[in-house]
Amino acid sequence: MKYVDEYRRKDLILSVAEEIRTISKKEIVLMEVCGGHTMAIHRFGLDSLLPPTIRLVSGPGCPVCVSSQHFIDTAMAYSRIPDVIITTYGDLIRVPGSTTSLENERANGSDIRIIYSVLESLEIARQNPDKKIIFPGIGFETTAPATAAAIIKAKQENISNFYVLSAHKVMPPVMKALVNDGVKIDGFIAPGHVSAITGISIYDELASSYGLGVVVSGFEPADIMQAVLMLTAQIESGTPKVEVQYHRVVNKDGNRIAQKAMKEVFEYRNDQWRGLGMIPKSGLMINDTYSSFDAEKQFSVEVPESTEPKGCICGQILRGLKTPLDCSLFAGKCTPSDPVGACMVSGEGTCATFYRYRV
Amino acid sequence: MCLAIPAKVISVDGVCARVSIEDVEYTASLLLLDDVKPGDFIMLHAGFAIEKVDPVEAAETLRLLNEMGNYRPY
Amino acid sequence: MIQKDKNIMLGHGSGGRMMHELIETLFIKHFGNSILNDQTDAAILPVPSDEIAFTTDSFVIDPLFFPGGNIGKLAVCGTVNDLAVSGAEPLYLSVSFIIEEGFPINELEIIVSSLAQEAQKAGVLIVTGDTKVVNRGKCDKLFINTSGIGRIRKENIHISKALNIESGDVIIINGTIGDHGMAVMNARESFNFRTSVESDCTSLNRLISAVLNKSHVKFMRDPTRGGVATVLNELAGKTGMGIEIEESSLPLRNSVKAMCEILGFDPLHIANEGKVLIVAGEQRASEIMEVLLNHESGKESSVIGRIVNDHAGRVVLRNQTGGSRIIDSLSGDQLPRIC
Repeated sequence: MKYVDEYRRKDLILSVAEEIRTISKKEIVLMEVCGGHTMAIHRFGLDSLLPPTIRLVSGPGCPVCVSSQHFIDTAMAYSRIPDVIITTYGDLIRVPGSTTSLENERANGSDIRIIYSVLESLEIARQNPDKKIIFPGIGFETTAPATAAAIIKAKQENISNFYVLSAHKVMPPVMKALVNDGVKIDGFIAPGHVSAITGISIYDELASSYGLGVVVSGFEPADIMQAVLMLTAQIESGTPKVEVQYHRVVNKDGNRIAQKAMKEVFEYRNDQWRGLGMIPKSGLMINDTYSSFDAEKQFSVEVPESTEPKGCICGQILRGLKTPLDCSLFAGKCTPSDPVGACMVSGEGTCATFYRYRV
Repeated sequence: MCLAIPAKVISVDGVCARVSIEDVEYTASLLLLDDVKPGDFIMLHAGFAIEKVDPVEAAETLRLLNEMGNYRPY
Repeated sequence: MIQKDKNIMLGHGSGGRMMHELIETLFIKHFGNSILNDQTDAAILPVPSDEIAFTTDSFVIDPLFFPGGNIGKLAVCGTVNDLAVSGAEPLYLSVSFIIEEGFPINELEIIVSSLAQEAQKAGVLIVTGDTKVVNRGKCDKLFINTSGIGRIRKENIHISKALNIESGDVIIINGTIGDHGMAVMNARESFNFRTSVESDCTSLNRLISAVLNKSHVKFMRDPTRGGVATVLNELAGKTGMGIEIEESSLPLRNSVKAMCEILGFDPLHIANEGKVLIVAGEQRASEIMEVLLNHESGKESSVIGRIVNDHAGRVVLRNQTGGSRIIDSLSGDQLPRIC
């Protein structure tokens, strides 16, 4: 596949690895904050190619994992309302709420459909005018614009039975929160597709005020290795800055049209990140102009109090302080088929990835 | 948060583009991207074209990667 | 007469005139043979001198029609292949239909005709059957059960039991992986991808008997639900050996690879309906491959890995970039992801 296979070439990956080994002297910790990066690193075994001086840790990059139990429980409660069709990305279907999951609810008779594009929800809404179509919106800045575009389109076409329950979040506040919390990181491997939307100025403060290196990386193994090389070079020379590795997709101003759509529909709010607590101005909620599409404003449901399961150390894993192997529940009580905590619920979460890809 | 794949634009029809990845075809939404022409490559994410792939930058990245191996015998 | 009825009605399953007309004009018409035509309560069959192999499978696939086949064709392939990969020669099938009231008869005829064609291609006789009709809503359009009887020679009985598997044994597959699951998923969901991927569903008994006539295999299984990964994990678990797979040796259609990249699937976990995994002694590899590559169902065969002493009980994939990772069994359905 074009623009994919070329960046998976073994010789390129190994030569970057060799270059990294040559220049790496200091012991450094690099954090990636994107489930796609977590997956690629483990799928291609990249951490085994790095010298022992460089440690890669996974941060809170999996939007499913960091969505609050309250959000999942709300989606579940909506699914039990008569005449509601839940249209959701596949990522959410098996995520456990306090008592059940969307998959279980579907087995119990709720109309829950997996979609690939939010525009399919609009189509389902058009075809079922007597039903209410609710879309639980998860994802960071890569995916939020799609939801915004769908809401704008729904308004333009007078579709009045389409609603969004937004759990969309944005990256920079959580990256800063981790650093403020004292998590020891020397640099960030920054998410390539989030940055394609937002542009790269969102990372300036991390470099200038916190002295951290930030390299915006693509998702193929050669991309990630090159990003690690760039970060290592920055840190070794004591010149932390914001750089782009993923030039073929990311331009410094980002995607203006997507940014405009997000601004049109969303406003920031303080948001609950599962395992991390409340982070100010880190969530996206639907603004007043589009409140008729906001499921939270249009539906009122009873949702149980959410509690973090005993023994679960996801909060520390999401901060990169511990690994899944440090968790007493990992691969025992907590497995991909029976997840307990946030990090295992999504196929892309740190624990799920560890479980699938560890050798 | 990121599962996006490069897809080739076959044709453009208003706010939609017919794209292909290998022989898989899909009608992607162009609501988030303009100035797209047949022959361009876009990044497809959740049904939307979210950005174009710049072939010049792509080649440059490969050139840099290739160079790293040039003075090492592999 | 049946031509008046467009859809299946409860009467078609009630044992009376309507059911007999359905049997005559649909089932006997397509399946007819001397044993079936007798329409006795039980088919009377000669007992072979070898051991008997017996298997059963139910087919509830949705959608009923998919690129490369339909539930009828699948109902034969599934059961014939269960017998064939166990080392048996499939001989007879029973076919039972559970039909939802209102099911269109012309669609039933297409399915029955496919079933008959596949049975003929595989060389098996349909010797007995059953038809039930249930109220609307009590089953999802159509369910089929097929049971199959085959004969198995003593020297082939070990094939399904995974005995005597040793380090160095090779693992061979007869073609591309993930085609069936992907074709069905694409037909079922509303994602709107257009692709040429077709189900690989086909009867493998002729291919397998060609292999068994020429060479010797230690173990076979068909990687249906759960994919290649699940079968290999079962094998590793059963034998206590490790398994190593080379990613670059896995036959994979470009379109299946592309769909997997788009949706975040792993082709090793996707169902196949025309594939057999063969484990054989290293020295047998080239003669087995020669037979496979010369057969229409084996043109893309490949040696995909081997049995090893390391990482006992685990399946490890060595990928093209030089790293390795563990391959687990599938847990639950694969789901498309955006993350």
